[in-house]
Amino acid sequence: MSDRGIKSYAAYIPRLRMDRAAIAAAHAWAMPSLKSAGKGERAFCSWDEDSITMSVDAVRTCLQSPLASSIGSLSFASTTAPFADLQNASVIAAASGLRADISSSDVSGSLRAGTSALIQALESAQTTDSMVVAADNRRAKPASLQEMQYGAGSTAVRIGTGDLIARYLGSASAISQFADHFRSNGQLYDYHWEERWVRDEGYLKIVPEVVERLLKNSGVSAAQVDYFCLASTISGVAPAVAKKLKIRPEAVVDKLASRCGDSGTAHPLMMLALALETAKPGQRILVVGFGAGADALLFEATDAIASYRSAATVSSQVARGVTDKSYNKLLSFSGELALDWGMRAEFDAKTSLTQLYRSSDQIISFIGGQCTACSAIQFPRMSACVRCGSDALLTPIPLADEAAKVATFTADWLQYYPAPPLYVGLVQFDNGARTLMEMVDVVPEQFDVGLALRMVFRIKERDGLRHHHRYFWKATPVG
Amino acid sequence: MATGIKDKVAIIGMGCSKFGERWDCGTEHLLNEAFQEALLDAGIEKSRIGAAWYGSAVDRVNVGTSAIPATTALRLGGIPFTRVENMCATGTEALRGAAYAVAAGVVDIALAIGAEKLKDTGYGGLPIGTRGTLNDLVLPATSAPGGFAQLAAGYRARYGVSRQDLKNAMARVSWKSHQNGAKNPKAHLQKEVDLDTILNAPLIADPLGIYDCCGVSDGAACAIVTTPEIARSLGKRDLVTIKALQLSLSAGVEIGTADWDGSYVLNTRIAAQKAYAEAGIRNPRKEISMMEVHDCFSITELVTMEDLGISPDGGAVKDIMDGFFDADGGVPCQIDGGLKCFGHPIGATGLRMAYENYLQLLGRAGKRQLKNPVVGLSHNLGGVPYNCLAAIAILGLATR
Repeated sequence: MSDRGIKSYAAYIPRLRMDRAAIAAAHAWAMPSLKSAGKGERAFCSWDEDSITMSVDAVRTCLQSPLASSIGSLSFASTTAPFADLQNASVIAAASGLRADISSSDVSGSLRAGTSALIQALESAQTTDSMVVAADNRRAKPASLQEMQYGAGSTAVRIGTGDLIARYLGSASAISQFADHFRSNGQLYDYHWEERWVRDEGYLKIVPEVVERLLKNSGVSAAQVDYFCLASTISGVAPAVAKKLKIRPEAVVDKLASRCGDSGTAHPLMMLALALETAKPGQRILVVGFGAGADALLFEATDAIASYRSAATVSSQVARGVTDKSYNKLLSFSGELALDWGMRAEFDAKTSLTQLYRSSDQIISFIGGQCTACSAIQFPRMSACVRCGSDALLTPIPLADEAAKVATFTADWLQYYPAPPLYVGLVQFDNGARTLMEMVDVVPEQFDVGLALRMVFRIKERDGLRHHHRYFWKATPVG
Repeated sequence: MATGIKDKVAIIGMGCSKFGERWDCGTEHLLNEAFQEALLDAGIEKSRIGAAWYGSAVDRVNVGTSAIPATTALRLGGIPFTRVENMCATGTEALRGAAYAVAAGVVDIALAIGAEKLKDTGYGGLPIGTRGTLNDLVLPATSAPGGFAQLAAGYRARYGVSRQDLKNAMARVSWKSHQNGAKNPKAHLQKEVDLDTILNAPLIADPLGIYDCCGVSDGAACAIVTTPEIARSLGKRDLVTIKALQLSLSAGVEIGTADWDGSYVLNTRIAAQKAYAEAGIRNPRKEISMMEVHDCFSITELVTMEDLGISPDGGAVKDIMDGFFDADGGVPCQIDGGLKCFGHPIGATGLRMAYENYLQLLGRAGKRQLKNPVVGLSHNLGGVPYNCLAAIAILGLATR
């Protein structure tokens, strides 16, 4: 048995939730049958969120307890990684404040990439901790069932030895040619086969074999499983698999369909995180990842779990949702609907890669500088101190976790912005730094000078001409 | 010891094109329109011009870089002709170049000309462009009203003015400029607008509604300068001389430190103090006869009244509501309609302001003529309040 296990976890679900009834209503003229699926709400990304930004949020929160310096590797699992060739994990690592002397990898290829990355980290012989983060933001054709079922989100899990909240008991895997859905390179949408076949020939045959093998090898009976995490967009799959395996029905973990939807690669990890919220010492958690075969992992909660509380539990992320009924907003944010933003949107957002690299610690890691002569903290780091003018080198100082407030602001309706109006203003950090920033997730009637802000990593601009987008930090109200 | 520009340079001729949506002509026509008027006014042949400065701010939608487009338009080759650009102070910068050349004794007669052709972009507002490779990566892309609207948040927070009181004062600023612009045949907008319409207009950048914002225009303006001695030798009797030319630029304090509260414009204050010292003005509220300030947005004009020391800090709202800046007020402001109504072709604006002061000082302002003005101030504000440059030019009648 490995001495590795889970040390901390954090989830991220976009604040935006689309009322499924609004989706169904928009399609009622052609697809009245969608009405039956039009219940509850699904999470969806704002225009400036993607699998990288959602991962950064989860990893940063996950790192809050023990120090970031002992992380030795980062794996990023997703089927919707923004870049095909430009390691996404390296961006997440830098934005999360991880050190540069670590290993990192992108894991993809199926929805079980998240569980596969977890197994790798858990089976690793490395002595440092591993951060595994999974995120997805899958596109779905308008009026498809997937448009109702898919959500978005990420979950980060810190793996290591020592202070564990859940011990790793083992895992089992299988590969299979069973394709319930697929998406070829360069394509936008998944292609799904009939749900009944997927359930009966897929989940109900592939998963039980892997789980039984794991339980046998671990010396744990099905009845001893307290939490069973199996994600599927098909209703009733997890209870049916549990029944077949003789896992107690009450062990089946909620798949969050009603308030958030399926977050793809992240979903098995998110359900694991949900189980860890309520697991008591000694309870066992079984997590399954499904796709071109299956992974199964078994954990046992330690005594330490009784006193552990994640700064971003799944429940808190589910609860922070803001219901939206504007279906066109979902379409616009996900790229399904090209609105006429006018000529002001024709601006060429070409990124100078030389400039980006030269200032990457400022842009990706949000590291400002402190003057060695007068101690003023500032951003960006220019060639001389903003306060005293000294040209002595500024000492790097991270700003992403610093407390800040609104100094000035406006809601700009003229500037092209994919989610108008653009909230923008001077952000005053408590440590003295100040810079002009975009402000997101604003509640207009509660927004004013002096309001407390925190920093989030988001897409700053999309370059439609070169299919690149650049990231930067934005300010958002605390809480 | 430097003695400043005061009374070293006289303006002997000025010209200003009709501002507005000049679908009928290009920059070259606008330049000539202003230039021919100035030449006629000065009563000189263009061959007497020894050096020239051409201001154009947004070259990519204009006629291109360098001063060649201006030399070609005016058919004025073979002399030192320099293009200058300093955002919205570009026109005043052209005047400063020409005035300094004359004051230095390098040339006898110099030309300052500025033009902008903004209505060839296909959309309203200022053209959009890169702000530099690093700025594009770290600064939010804000519109000009988005930058200036933040003054309102800073002002409200500092003085505890209610949103509605500030909105009312801002509306009063624009209302007054429309009253004035209606009397100006060269103005872009020559129509009075009532306060309700202004107050209920759609928001552009909170709290600025559409009537709190100047539009963008096509136009050109021009000045011919020389020494007072040469001016008199040319037969000029009433002389308008330059009393002060000042410029102040941000170095990061406002956007990068907690020293600035967002309720005023630091560079306007610095430039004003230096300009008053240069011109020998001790009490601007009493000594300045009229002002053309950079009312790109109503809130800008409001804080500028305090930044220029005309209103006490926190007192602009009261002065505005009292009508102190109206045509019949204590210090008439934007008597030609301002940026709000005369229009804002960036490279021309500073010279357009000087043009109105010049006309008023010489008693040639027609229906808008004020009673015996002796000192006129013009003010430009380029960039955004937290990262800007401010130019001030003071003109006055030469004492004999």
